[in-house]
Amino acid sequence: MKTEGKKNIWAEYQKEIADDHYFYARSCIRQSFFPGSEAVFIKIIREVLGLDIHDEARQTTCTGIGYHSDVIPVETTMTVIARQLSLMGETGYKNLVPSCITSFGLYSEIFNTWHHFPETLEKTREHLRKATGREFEVPENIAHPSDIIFKFRHKIRSKAKHLLVNSKTGKPLRIVEHIGCHYAKMFPHKGVGGAEYPYVLAGMIEAWGGEVVDYPERRHCCGFGFRHYIVMANRGYSIANTKKKFESMEPYEPDAIVCNCPGCPMFLDRWQYAISEMEGKVYSRDGNGIPILTYEEMAGLVLGYDPWVIGLQMHQINSEPLLNKMGICYNPDEKYKGANGENLGTPEKPSVLNCEVCM
Amino acid sequence: MEKTFYQQLMQDVRFIEGLKACMNCGVCTAICPAADFYNYDPRIIVDTVQSQDETEIEKLLKSDTIWYCGECMSCSTRCPRGNVPGLIIIALRSLSQDTGYFAKSEKGRQQLAIKRAIGDNILKTGYCVHFDMVKPETHPEQGPVWEWLHKNPEPVFSKIGANYKKPGAGALRQVPEETLLEIKKIFDETGGTERFKKIESFSESKAREMTIDFRSGSTDCDYFNHVFTTNNNTHTH
Repeated sequence: MKTEGKKNIWAEYQKEIADDHYFYARSCIRQSFFPGSEAVFIKIIREVLGLDIHDEARQTTCTGIGYHSDVIPVETTMTVIARQLSLMGETGYKNLVPSCITSFGLYSEIFNTWHHFPETLEKTREHLRKATGREFEVPENIAHPSDIIFKFRHKIRSKAKHLLVNSKTGKPLRIVEHIGCHYAKMFPHKGVGGAEYPYVLAGMIEAWGGEVVDYPERRHCCGFGFRHYIVMANRGYSIANTKKKFESMEPYEPDAIVCNCPGCPMFLDRWQYAISEMEGKVYSRDGNGIPILTYEEMAGLVLGYDPWVIGLQMHQINSEPLLNKMGICYNPDEKYKGANGENLGTPEKPSVLNCEVCM
Repeated sequence: MEKTFYQQLMQDVRFIEGLKACMNCGVCTAICPAADFYNYDPRIIVDTVQSQDETEIEKLLKSDTIWYCGECMSCSTRCPRGNVPGLIIIALRSLSQDTGYFAKSEKGRQQLAIKRAIGDNILKTGYCVHFDMVKPETHPEQGPVWEWLHKNPEPVFSKIGANYKKPGAGALRQVPEETLLEIKKIFDETGGTERFKKIESFSESKAREMTIDFRSGSTDCDYFNHVFTTNNNTHTH
């Protein structure tokens, strides 16, 4: 990939990312599909970087999935978000870190609306006061967790146990990155590298020894489409858009896909399975499918965390081909065991995806 | 005097932010994942609303067309004039639900399923989406690992550091009752509850017209299943 010109453009989008004292707003989707990733993020912040992050028990959804599937009015969304900010103020924090890209985009949209239409901010204050008696302030800084991992990527590299390098050949692993539409397409200045050349994941991959794969549909949506996945009748939209990405990346033979958004890795993981069952098509030569990682999981593997403690057993596409390439030692017998080593059985084998490649 | 549809749209901040002046270049359509899949053209949507033609706007509000957008907002980055068709769509969908016109199209009627699956879940649990609600039987694409997880949620979530259905902080925690009460009050105060009532009420009228069994709030009645699964296969290229 030629990067000289792109680097100049990236330089224009160096967003401000708070140094410490973060208020963590959890993601509905991340918690449901990749809860280990949120645990890993908090662990890295506290134990590896030695920073402070608050995890609030009284927080809720931001309503994002409901808002973008149009069942929640904007005034309701603004006030639920204002309640989150009230909790943040109450606990003494000023730096908001929403775990979800949909939330990150929605918070940014609402802050933008409050800025352009100050009467909506006043109305939201009135709504929140009347409903709950609470007050709130707009945060000083908003950063996505990936922004923070990006900010400290070199420090993480300095503590790395494994790199994104093929341990047998010494060559960089080839990684596809997927940013997630709501990270920077709506508000380019809010994302590291902007909308054209987002660098937040590419920066991690490069810092940890990997090679970023550029491909034609790199910026295409993962296919979530909110109502188009929620409603069964519409799921053709979702799988068709994801398939478009797979077909575009397949010739580049990536070793893994790393994602920024909570939902995107789920779609890129599950739709590979669904396409294999529907059409017999698998997008990797070994028949396993292309392993998917969240950026927190990628950081966790680099730092040497146990793959089954960070939650890789929740993926439908097996991660073992990637672990093997990175030279990570793991116990395959532990993969499907419970917290106390109890035997939980194993998932049924898919009819097309080749699971034997993992052994 | 009753407000025109255009005047009602102009009361929505998303519409004001989304509509500047369209020159019909079609860049939004070129980048749009929905236009790639559905019989959909965001350029025409923007051109229609800026024409202020009430008859055409009413047609849009009653159509499948406004429900094709996936709200990825890719159009936001591309428009050289600063229009955001995705925001215009959000305003149109909002008005379509206020007027009850959403119930006149197959894709619009799906709002009932979304209201019951996502909207009601927010009030019940504090989450839009929660692991428990993504059931393998309605999500076969989730695959066998998801089925295995649904058989063993507690030991797996415990292993990977989640606080599944327990009090206190952490992933998948149980949201406290006092918090859910605050959220309910916010919905009552800000129009969320009113929106839900409208979706239920207009859907019930439509179900009666279509002679399909309708039960309030249920995700297991014939009308819910009808709107959740029906696809007349005329929506795509």
